[in-house]
Amino acid sequence: MKYFIVLAFLSVLCSCHKQDAHVKTGGMEISFVNNAGSQKITLGNTQYINSSGETFTIGTLKYYISNIVITKTTGEKYIVPQDSCYFLIDESNASSLKPRLNIPQGNYSSLSFMVGVDSLRNTKDLSQRTGVLDPTNTAADMYWTWNSGYIFFKVEGNSAASLQTDKSYRFHIGLFGGYSSGTINNTRIVSINLSQKGNAIISSGKTSHININADILKIFNGTHVISIANSSVIMATANSADVADNYATLFSHASTINE
Amino acid sequence: MKKYIVISSVLIFMIAFACRKDQTSHFNSFTTPSYFPATSYHFETNQITEGGFYLGKKLFYDSLLSIDNSTSCGTCHIPTSAFTHHGHDLSHGLNGTLTKRNSPAIMNLAWSNSFMWDGGIHDLDLQPISPITNPIEMGETMDHVVAKLKQQPNYKNLFLKAFGTEEITGDKLLKALSQFMLMCVSNNAKYDSVKRGQTQFTPTEQAGYNIFLQKCNACHNEPLFTDNSFRNTGLKPSILNDSGRYKITLNDRDMFTFKVPSLRNITYTAPYMHDGRFYSLDAALEHYNSQVMNMPNIDPIFRRETIPGIRLSADEKNKLIAFLKTLDDRSFVTNPMLGENYSPR
Ligand code: HEC
Ligand code: HEC
Repeated sequence: MKYFIVLAFLSVLCSCHKQDAHVKTGGMEISFVNNAGSQKITLGNTQYINSSGETFTIGTLKYYISNIVITKTTGEKYIVPQDSCYFLIDESNASSLKPRLNIPQGNYSSLSFMVGVDSLRNTKDLSQRTGVLDPTNTAADMYWTWNSGYIFFKVEGNSAASLQTDKSYRFHIGLFGGYSSGTINNTRIVSINLSQKGNAIISSGKTSHININADILKIFNGTHVISIANSSVIMATANSADVADNYATLFSHASTINE
Repeated sequence: MKKYIVISSVLIFMIAFACRKDQTSHFNSFTTPSYFPATSYHFETNQITEGGFYLGKKLFYDSLLSIDNSTSCGTCHIPTSAFTHHGHDLSHGLNGTLTKRNSPAIMNLAWSNSFMWDGGIHDLDLQPISPITNPIEMGETMDHVVAKLKQQPNYKNLFLKAFGTEEITGDKLLKALSQFMLMCVSNNAKYDSVKRGQTQFTPTEQAGYNIFLQKCNACHNEPLFTDNSFRNTGLKPSILNDSGRYKITLNDRDMFTFKVPSLRNITYTAPYMHDGRFYSLDAALEHYNSQVMNMPNIDPIFRRETIPGIRLSADEKNKLIAFLKTLDDRSFVTNPMLGENYSPR
């Protein structure tokens, strides 16, 4: 019984302590604008042309952004805590396109993030897979049940070049390196230098808006040329790594607006 | 003030616990048999309680989990067949469509560190999402299953008893299913009685056991009769051309490898192999003797002989089969606690 009283006291003490160690923070909003070249994409029937000259539409576009790290001009890094660093960017859901973070005050000149979900989170207990990572809910269509793991990047649509009978193309890219025996790892880290187009100045009570462009056309030629005629469906296969190399090249810094 | 609230709530908790213990007379909690290795399952994040087990069992046998309310987990995992789909090579799902594989036993899963024939699923808690959402198995979405359960009058109370809250969520549903499946422990075969020194093998069984230790135990490692590894046993690929674990790892060395299945309850789990191609034990053993196909990555064990395989004479096969039958656990396949109709007082 005594232990319980001690424990109770300790937990009260702890909760007080947290409030003391208060660091001033401000808001940071990373806004993802999905483009085809210089044009903002529209889901549905709009036709785009890839580097192989194939016309295609985009019906679904979703990807995970995680493990965000920002670095001050002094070189000091801030690693966004695990409980608030997983975001599902879903073109069909406007509010998902602008992840908001709370971070310590300062002048930040670079940003990096992972496209995908790291192996640690991919193997976490079910109870810690909440929100955008809940495979029974929001993540249901971004999760492979047969090869337990998240789909990091999903783009689907139609193309006359497709060899599928329904003229669809589907790229579902996942694989985090394997749980017990290794497989390919399609997580990719993207680093973005903010200093050219504007550092993010974070101060308490204010929000810094970082605008990131994602050029979806580069999915077809960022590093490797991928044509829909050759690969209409790319999922858990070896060539998924080519798509991953390509999605690592989508992102560029457009501007920063410091409120 | 705060202190007293904490202390009294702790007290209430302890009293509640003490009371619950009295009620569990019908429910045997999970125990590890003394001669079994350590468990692999993460009990620390999902402790088995009577309420959780019972909810899991209810869900396991409830066809509400399928799109047309026709199919439950128990349809393909029948308790009297050690939770396999008796008599089906490939399990049948919705509208009689065939699944791609033979349904394995739900048995001693607390000791498994991967699930499915290809080990694609690493956590038992995540496994049921696969059959529930597979279009040819149960064809549902987790969201919709949760919505359907919410409309059932009895489930609120079952979730309350299991998790202390009436709230029905996908993750609780999955944790409850795990609790039920983890309780499916088979350790009362004749083999187990021999291990416990309660009885003895007949001379034929003993001879079979000796052959087994020499020729089979490297993969079908006792006392679980699997080492949880993936091996290519030289089964000729069928028209389904199931590449097995290769699909998961994309490594050539895993081409056509499948998880070593436990041989416990082997008489109840026919047909055999990942695609149920053999209807008798004799045929399964004859495979090792004369039908191992020479593929680049068949297990090195099969290369110890000039012609790949494991030579077994008719006499050896008979002795092996006599031994394998000592792995049949009648009390497991007839355990009322695991059957559909058991309910707590
Ligand atoms: C249509 C038949 C069918 C239904 C319905 C079904 N299963 Fe299965 N089950 C299978 C087959 C077939 C496999 C093997 C699949 C594979 O290896 O790819 C399997 C594998 C499993 C495994 C893995 C066992 C191991 O040792 O690897 C578990 C656990 C399991 N099922 C539980 C369930 C649960 C829980 C449900 C209900 C939510 C369910 N099954 C519904 C056919 C079925
Ligand atoms: C190199 C490892 C290895 C050895 C040695 C081995 N097995 Fe197997 N056994 C397996 C694997 C893997 C499977 C599943 C193959 C598949 O379905 O693709 C299997 C399947 C079986 C099955 C079918 C079980 C079921 O439920 O479907 C039986 C029966 C069996 N083995 C008996 C034996 C016997 C008896 C021996 C010794 C003569 C033996 N095995 C030796 C790896 C091995």
